[in-house]
Amino acid sequence: MDFKQWDNFNKAGEWTKEIDVRGFIQSNYTPYHGDSKFLADATDKTKKLWDKVLDLYKKERENGGVLDADCKTPSSINGYEAGYIDKDLEEIVGLQTDAPLKRAIMPNGGIRIVEKSAESYGFKVDPETEYIYHNLRKTHNDGVFEVYTPDIRAARSSHLLTGLPDGYGRGRIIGDYRRVALYGVDTLIAEKKVELEILDTDEFTEDIIRRREEVADQIKALNDLKAMAAKYGFDISTPASNAKEAIQWLYFGYLGAVKDQNGAAMSLGRTSTFLDIYIERDLQNGILTESQAQELMDQFIIKLRLVRFLRAPEYNSLFSGDPVWVTESIGGMGIDGRTLVTKNSFRVLHTLDNLGPAPEPNLTVLWSNNLPQEFKNYCADISIRTSSIQYENDDLMRITLGDDYGIACCVSAMKIGKQMQFFGARANLAKTLLYAINGGRDENSGKQVAPKFAPITSEYLNYDEVMEKFDQMMEYVAKIYIKSLNAIHFMHDKYSYEALEMALHDRDEDILRTMACGIAGLSVVADSLSAIKYAKVKVIRDETGLAIDYQVEGDFPKYGNDDDRVDQIAVDVVKSFLRKLQKHHTYRGSKHTLSILTITSNVVYGKNTGNTPDGRRAGEPFGPGANPLHGRDSNGALAVMNTIAKLPYEYSEDGISFTFSITPSALGKDENTKINNLVSMLDGYFKQTGHHINVNVFNRELLEDAMEHPENYPQLTIRVSGYAVNFIKLTREQQLDVINRTIHERI
Amino acid sequence: MFENLDSNNNIIGRIHSFESFGAVDGPGIRFVVFFQGCGLRCKYCHNRDTWPINAGMEYTSNDLVAKISRYKNYFTVSGGGVTLSGGEPLLQQDFLLELLPKLKKLGIHTAIDTSGNFPITDKIKRIIDLTDLFLLDIKCINDEICKDLVGFSNKLELEFAKYLSSINKPIWIRQVLVPGITDHEEDLLNLKKFLSSLNNLKKVEILAYHDLGKFKWENLGCNYELADVPNATTEDVARAKKIVGVA
Repeated sequence: MDFKQWDNFNKAGEWTKEIDVRGFIQSNYTPYHGDSKFLADATDKTKKLWDKVLDLYKKERENGGVLDADCKTPSSINGYEAGYIDKDLEEIVGLQTDAPLKRAIMPNGGIRIVEKSAESYGFKVDPETEYIYHNLRKTHNDGVFEVYTPDIRAARSSHLLTGLPDGYGRGRIIGDYRRVALYGVDTLIAEKKVELEILDTDEFTEDIIRRREEVADQIKALNDLKAMAAKYGFDISTPASNAKEAIQWLYFGYLGAVKDQNGAAMSLGRTSTFLDIYIERDLQNGILTESQAQELMDQFIIKLRLVRFLRAPEYNSLFSGDPVWVTESIGGMGIDGRTLVTKNSFRVLHTLDNLGPAPEPNLTVLWSNNLPQEFKNYCADISIRTSSIQYENDDLMRITLGDDYGIACCVSAMKIGKQMQFFGARANLAKTLLYAINGGRDENSGKQVAPKFAPITSEYLNYDEVMEKFDQMMEYVAKIYIKSLNAIHFMHDKYSYEALEMALHDRDEDILRTMACGIAGLSVVADSLSAIKYAKVKVIRDETGLAIDYQVEGDFPKYGNDDDRVDQIAVDVVKSFLRKLQKHHTYRGSKHTLSILTITSNVVYGKNTGNTPDGRRAGEPFGPGANPLHGRDSNGALAVMNTIAKLPYEYSEDGISFTFSITPSALGKDENTKINNLVSMLDGYFKQTGHHINVNVFNRELLEDAMEHPENYPQLTIRVSGYAVNFIKLTREQQLDVINRTIHERI
Repeated sequence: MFENLDSNNNIIGRIHSFESFGAVDGPGIRFVVFFQGCGLRCKYCHNRDTWPINAGMEYTSNDLVAKISRYKNYFTVSGGGVTLSGGEPLLQQDFLLELLPKLKKLGIHTAIDTSGNFPITDKIKRIIDLTDLFLLDIKCINDEICKDLVGFSNKLELEFAKYLSSINKPIWIRQVLVPGITDHEEDLLNLKKFLSSLNNLKKVEILAYHDLGKFKWENLGCNYELADVPNATTEDVARAKKIVGVA
């Protein structure tokens, strides 16, 4: 392959011969070790455009959270006419529908959810559309519930398994949107046609037939993408020829995906260093200034901040605040030892200054101890001022994932264009423990949910007896968990296949699929087992013999204090649960993985879980992700970090999330000290093999004031488990959870 | 790593609590060990529960060193270390004499946060030699006020400071600014004069008095005498800093 658009690029390597974005990056990028002084302010054009967006945000809020929705046209890549905010001000164009913040419906996931979502915001789905999806076109949701077995249904309705993507898009698939810019769509189509030839086999099996159908869908999606771009006046069949086109082409790729899918997480990948190559070339050629480069990035980010989906209130209680997880992974180190930090890594973070803080895109810094010091300092500075960045351990992930992976959603790392996951929400292990004690009966309803076996009847809990039963109950939960996920992903592939995102992946035979399971309530389980082991736990039962409460006598080691006696229990539970999952066959031979991540569902999980043997009261939220229960950590922030860093990434490759909040004054006295301390804290935590950390720097009083006067805080952003959110968009319950959670401070 | 630590592990230290992320008690990130027990009776004490000497958790020096070592990754990058605070760490001198050499051997920077209200004995001299930095509280340079505020004369603590200065030991000086009590201009000027006589003074901190520790007194059923004293404001601190001549 050769294109005039590739003039001045270094053609070394394989990237001109086959689809190889990493190879292109490695041969062409310019590592940057300098400081942030080169950065430019937002241009007038950007400021004017952003003011218009802020005004739209305001209207959206005033309208109850949704500005407008098209409830007739099922969304598709090319389903809408071109839309603009203000055409004259927009450097980068393209909207999900024909107007900004106007939401689309995606009924392939499930028509009832769409109807419910629309109704909850005062809209009504068009009768014709309803008729089609109720009578003519089956949905993912229909398929799943047709095959669900009674045990899955019982586990689901008792909240043993919750948040399962059986009524919403699974997401967590990252298309390699860079391919659109580097190769142009025609090259990608040609490559997919080669795959079709390969899939013309003697043994024409079910698997081959399915894959041929999928590739055909992918080719159609790529053609639709070209047609959609053409409506905006662009021909993306050939490669992008400059920085502006590269951003525009890449964004069209992403836009196609968010028109096609309402996935729980629609992440962007790892694009800023890729784009830096185009920007550098234009700067060298004298056709772009730094100010224009920043303008392009600012405007690209504005577009990403406008992505919206129509979602039901139930969804909001799980994943609060309208998140999309437009996760962009920034920085990291290359396998050859050069840093992947470029000037554009700074520019993308600088949007938080130019446009103000925002939850999207979900800016994720891949941290390595070897990152340039200036970049580390810049990240810390932005974190302290905006609480909008999360950090993940590049030194840990690079071992297995190389240097061209990205984060999907919050903490799920995957090789870009080479890997995808079957998102599996999470199992409630705290409830599992209660079921173990109660012989499979639910502690709230008293119903027999899991198969009946002998409950514990002693007055005081015996550690060995509890462990034995807990182990059995985890076996059961692992079994129905994989059963349900197999059903969900079979149906998702069948009725709501992500054709465009998968078109931006390698050939199917080369793709690693993971079955991404999860744990909720880990710290509650660890503390409960610790209480049973090191203190005395008396059981209080109702007249039917159901254990409904526990009295803890004496003290016990608590998770979150770097105390091996309890931390090891948590480690063992993680290992044991993964091994149990691995016993079960997964759909499409996907690899079992595990995450310790709750997103904001720690609140709703806690709400549905009774009193636990650690003294936690019924209904109280769990700790988010791998955090300790709030108030249990009494040795300060680093002790919590040391505890969480013990959880084995090898057994929890889908991520281990830690949300950390500190007051500005506890971080140090002056700005430089604060930056130095935060950088050192991150270096230390990741050396300790921690995987992920959200960093929040704020005072409790600020949040309390924002609760009372939300109108004064339109852009107040905080990090919750794995993503950032507009604080004022959280439900009151979740706001209180954030405020009540440990904020490390010093008196 | 700890093969040589088994010896000299006989003395039990009494520890009130830990703060694994101390960002203001010495340079870099500090693991702060709050020792149990204090002989002073500062009216503004915000760790009132550290006073009783026979309470707290019991630690051998090896156990404590093992705990502290878990934080080396954070110390090395930040230029931090361990800060022994309290309570009053110098009330447990034999324990310190066991602990400090072990920390030194591991290359961990040590700071002691003390009132300095101790005579310079041979034992104290040895402890000082083994410690990298002292955070010294000057309660009030005016001895009458000092006696009323903390229950003791400032004579010993000023001598302590002079001794540290004479052997060129790095010092941070801290004073809590209590409105109406430790903020008189004349006293602050005298403080300035005293500080100018010290060698190797690395930092002077004027800390704003606040009543956030009040609840601990109330929890213990004790009368909080400063109940009517307002918290020091940022302006108060700026004024005092200007008088003392610190940035």
